[in-house]
Amino acid sequence: MAHHSDNDMHHTGDIPEPQTRGIWKTFFILVAITALEFVFAFFMEAGTARNVIFIILTLFKAFYIVAEFMHLKHETKALIWTIMIPLALIVWLMVALLAEGSYYFESITNYF
Amino acid sequence: MSSTSTTLEKPNSGTWDGGNEPLKASYGKLMMWFFLLSDAFTFGAFLIVYGLSRHTHLPYNGEPEAFAFSQQWWPIPEKVYNAFPGLHGMDLPLAFVALMTMILILSSVTMVLAVEAGHRMDKNDVQKWLLWTILFGATFLGCQAWEWAHFITGDEEGMLLADGSRIFGANLTVNQYGPPLFADLFFFITGFHGTHVFSGVVLLIMIFINTVNGVYHKRGHYEMVEKVGLYWHFVDLVWVFVFTFFYLI
Repeated sequence: MAHHSDNDMHHTGDIPEPQTRGIWKTFFILVAITALEFVFAFFMEAGTARNVIFIILTLFKAFYIVAEFMHLKHETKALIWTIMIPLALIVWLMVALLAEGSYYFESITNYF
Repeated sequence: MSSTSTTLEKPNSGTWDGGNEPLKASYGKLMMWFFLLSDAFTFGAFLIVYGLSRHTHLPYNGEPEAFAFSQQWWPIPEKVYNAFPGLHGMDLPLAFVALMTMILILSSVTMVLAVEAGHRMDKNDVQKWLLWTILFGATFLGCQAWEWAHFITGDEEGMLLADGSRIFGANLTVNQYGPPLFADLFFFITGFHGTHVFSGVVLLIMIFINTVNGVYHKRGHYEMVEKVGLYWHFVDLVWVFVFTFFYLI
């Protein structure tokens, strides 16, 4: 009856205890990173340095959500790479279009 | 030939003979991952276009205290999103969006707890945590509706135009906070995300009804909860990025 490999529960009589410690740990990490982002938002001057900090903290949060909540960390290596490698295209598009935007801005401010 | 009979007796088990599961994930979960990958491209494109538009506009270089809304430069997010329901006229930068972020992270946690309960075949716990997730998701949608209403209506000050008139609020062509493109991207990006949250809540209600009816218990596994969970976490993940690139930077 039970198709799930993790437990073999055949009847409702003995439901195992919940194992939620790791889940709450991930939750507190996410909350702490978000709180840290607000600290930087209010107490640090805006600029490239602050933006870099924000992006790094965002990537940390993304890692915890995808790896723990979405369980990708515990999947096979092949599945992890199947998901991660195509995302390199997004990074490429980002670098390409941000450079394009800066070039466009420079062109219209300098030549028109 | 004699070899034919031996091949009929033994099932084929080579790499290309089928029946292999190189990714060790069920069909449904795999397809959900691929769908989410394609969705990540859509959201990635949206956010990258936001970055592109931002780089094509003048940034605000003056003192943050002296900031005023103008179509000349891209607005500072802290000055745009500083309202909180019930606290009219107070300058509370990013307070409301912080609350929304917390609600969505919390809904992600209750979703994992539902998945975890599903692994243990604990129907009551699955119901309980799904209900919490639906509640947080609906709350998030309500918050977003309020934020949109406020963004569209604008504040009393509005933006002073060169001809002496003032504009209030924002729509797709007029925007009191900055260049019209800023409002367009706000509507498209947060709107597309909100649509995802809405679909997620609908899916959650569907699997909640199925759980209550015992569909998954009879089936012997709660994999559908896991699949909707993947989608729900993805929506949370997108918000993490929207939050950083739209509200913080």
